[in-house]
Amino acid sequence: MFKKFIGNSRAKSPWIMHFDCGSCNGCDIEVLACLTPLYDVERFGVVNVGNPKHADVLLVTGTVNHRNAKVLRNIYDQMPDPKGVIAIGACGLSGGVFRECYNVLGGVDKVIPVDVYVPGCPAKPEAIIDGVVTALAKFEGLKG
Amino acid sequence: MARTIIPFGPQHPVLPEPLHVKLVVEDEIVQEAIPALGYVHRGLEKLAEIRDYHQMIQVVERVCGICSNIHSMCYCQGIEEIMGIEVPRRAEYLRTIWSELHRMHSHLLWLGLFADAFGFEALFMQFWRIRERIMDINEATTGSRVITSVNVVGGVRQDLTPEMCSWILSEVDTAVKEIKEIQNTILSDYTVCARTKGVGVLTKEQAYDFGAAGPTLRGSGVASDMRLLKYAAFDKIDFEPIVEPDGDCYARSTVRFRETLQSADLVKQAIAGLPQGDIAAPCKGNPEGEIITRVEQPRGECLYYIKGSGKKFLDRVRIRTPTFANIPPLLAMLPNCELADVPVIILSIDPCISCTER
Repeated sequence: MFKKFIGNSRAKSPWIMHFDCGSCNGCDIEVLACLTPLYDVERFGVVNVGNPKHADVLLVTGTVNHRNAKVLRNIYDQMPDPKGVIAIGACGLSGGVFRECYNVLGGVDKVIPVDVYVPGCPAKPEAIIDGVVTALAKFEGLKG
Repeated sequence: MARTIIPFGPQHPVLPEPLHVKLVVEDEIVQEAIPALGYVHRGLEKLAEIRDYHQMIQVVERVCGICSNIHSMCYCQGIEEIMGIEVPRRAEYLRTIWSELHRMHSHLLWLGLFADAFGFEALFMQFWRIRERIMDINEATTGSRVITSVNVVGGVRQDLTPEMCSWILSEVDTAVKEIKEIQNTILSDYTVCARTKGVGVLTKEQAYDFGAAGPTLRGSGVASDMRLLKYAAFDKIDFEPIVEPDGDCYARSTVRFRETLQSADLVKQAIAGLPQGDIAAPCKGNPEGEIITRVEQPRGECLYYIKGSGKKFLDRVRIRTPTFANIPPLLAMLPNCELADVPVIILSIDPCISCTER
């Protein structure tokens, strides 16, 4: 019964965490804009948390570079299973405009497995909300 | 008590960006702060070797998403000065309008984040609600909320119709009215003052010696603002830098709060004086020579060094951003503060790490 309760809550109220992996801030402020009154994702039960151990969904923005790849891997490993990862913005998908820079790995999926890709430079808040909802499909199957 | 080292960042709830500071703490009092940078370094200055000088506009806009329009404006001004292009007056006024709208949205964003840093979440929500009006103006006039891509070498890409101008004026007026409604909370609320007054003091001499920039410098009583250089349309616009003498977190937040209202006034002045004419001058040939241009970003003075040698690709683009200048003052503010005040002090310089590391 407890498992059923956890499974249902996870799909009903996913807790998200945001990590900037070397983006230009454009996508980060759009992620934050999702939480504010105009878009207000909290009405869908989405809560922003600061601790990876509390999070179900990880939102990653930006080109991954050699220095923060370790940090990203570390945060991903600290999150409890099951977990979803959403790569946001052209940079998170492939490196975007910075693809040819020397310090860019190019894409979040080079370091950790990604479930949902949200394109855009920067991605619009509507697209990010859609991405989170799409990632929840992963948790739907775990409902009791 | 023995000394302890507490890491602050790279992932921290109050920071939208990965800044890492090692805090040497003794009895909850910070003794020393050691910054560690490099989490956002991309190396975009080197892209000038493979992107031509028109394509570089798109790259420099993405130095920082929050002040993107002002970055591209600074870059375009430099290229125009090297190539001797006369920018139409209307384009200069339009640049001023968009750059001041950008400053408004950046300051409202910061005021919200600052409120969140001392745990006042309702105030954060209020500031971001007002900010959406400015984002709507950006989206309606340029097609994008954050990275506007309006500046080109020789002028701007988009024009404003008279209907749009009157709509912008009414939206800005509503935003100003809403900002004034929460003025009392951010400026005289007891809890806000208790967390910000006398915290992180930077004296006038320190600010000057460490080379602070922007609101951090003006919050310490130095009247320095690059808009006094009269770039774009600032030669015809009434403008007076805003200065607060105290040098603490409260003074810096007051400077930014008053600048938000001032920017609204500058937008109104620029729309009132908007002349008729072309919006872009033709651009032929390649830049040859070197130049330093400076503009005032929401966070302070931004400097571009551009060197071209008559080829399509520039030899060098060097960007010095305000947060880079504000990190030494930050390290002077942190010692002898309490550990709980560290997030407030770090946010009070309005750190933009993606600018700093590029």
